[in-house]
Amino acid sequence: MSQTITKHKIQVINQGQEFLCPSEISLLIGMETINSHCINVGCRGGGCGVCKIRVVNGSFSSKKMSKAHITDKELQDGFVLACRIFPTSDLEIEVIHSPDPKQIIV
Amino acid sequence: MKKGVMRPGHVQIRVLDMEEALTHYRDLVGLIEMDRDDQGRVYLKAWSEIDKFSVVLREADEPGLDFFAFKCIDEATVDSLRSELIKYGCNVEDIPAGDLKDCGRRVQFDTPTGHTFELYASKEQTGKWGINPVNPEAWPEGLKGMKAVRFDHALLYGPNIDGSTEIFTDILGFDLAEQVLTADGTRIASFLTCSSKAHDVAFIECPELGKFHHASFLLETWDDVLRAADLISMRDVSIDIGPTRHGLTHGKTIYFFDPSGNRTEVFCGGDYHYPDHPTITWQEEQLGKAIFYHDRVLNERFLTVLT
Repeated sequence: MSQTITKHKIQVINQGQEFLCPSEISLLIGMETINSHCINVGCRGGGCGVCKIRVVNGSFSSKKMSKAHITDKELQDGFVLACRIFPTSDLEIEVIHSPDPKQIIV
Repeated sequence: MKKGVMRPGHVQIRVLDMEEALTHYRDLVGLIEMDRDDQGRVYLKAWSEIDKFSVVLREADEPGLDFFAFKCIDEATVDSLRSELIKYGCNVEDIPAGDLKDCGRRVQFDTPTGHTFELYASKEQTGKWGINPVNPEAWPEGLKGMKAVRFDHALLYGPNIDGSTEIFTDILGFDLAEQVLTADGTRIASFLTCSSKAHDVAFIECPELGKFHHASFLLETWDDVLRAADLISMRDVSIDIGPTRHGLTHGKTIYFFDPSGNRTEVFCGGDYHYPDHPTITWQEEQLGKAIFYHDRVLNERFLTVLT
């Protein structure tokens, strides 16, 4: 008998998109798995800050992320890196793509 | 002109979780864990290296690069280069012997790109791992993962690469092997060598200080690069791009990320450089091809994802 995997509904409220993500994989990998591009993908390891989002509603577990990109204050306010959180309920999120990305001069 | 800087010696890389980092650098890349210290730092080396370690991992709240050290031919060279760095205006700090385990005193200095470099001349030599120096066999048995041969170079991003390039060429005696120039002649990439390798350190211009793009490890063959790609898939490791070829240096390469988001390269082949060779120039409009020779388009992640 196959086990049912619980998938949580992730609503990206400032992009008008949603996708399903199980608790076992990070939000970012969940998004990549269904070939969505609503969150920018960087290192996938909590280091580069490219996939910064704010969780507006819902619960999640998380792994350590770079304090250069998510300060303690931001963490309290719901800012996280999508590659480091694992949904434990349905989530409403906002994508925080930097308007001035770390761009070299080319 | 060579001034006694021999080769890349070590990098100290910050990681978010040490045990996760070891699954990457030790079990996947195939470095050998050589030691740990009372600060919790872990010392590793690639099998063909003579010195005791070339990669030091330090657990921290932010990933990235603490410093990149070059080994000099002797202590007198370290002293003379120290004086020149001070005269040039670098902030120089003397680190006593033993701060890194079994490493002699180091001279740390900063560069305009916001990076910390080191010069040193003494480190315990444990010899090639698993290889007898008398009648040596071709390679040691028991290597893990990608079986990296040596730590080779690092690419760093920061502002004013001309400033950092000048320190490496004029004070430390490196050659500018390759560069990327804009139409108006502004340099946006410098590939510098103190050996006959295509590069020992490289810089790319970006507005943020002190950014780390990747540390690179040598593999022997293209088949080894392909096998590295297989391991990246088999172990579900975060991939960046490859296997492919660079235009710059023409190395065959694959990029992937450690569990803290620091980028790693393994590569084989590529160009060589001798002191009489003129600097190779890539034009900015060919930057896509310069970076990834097959895709020939600019890769945004390669240019913007940094720790």
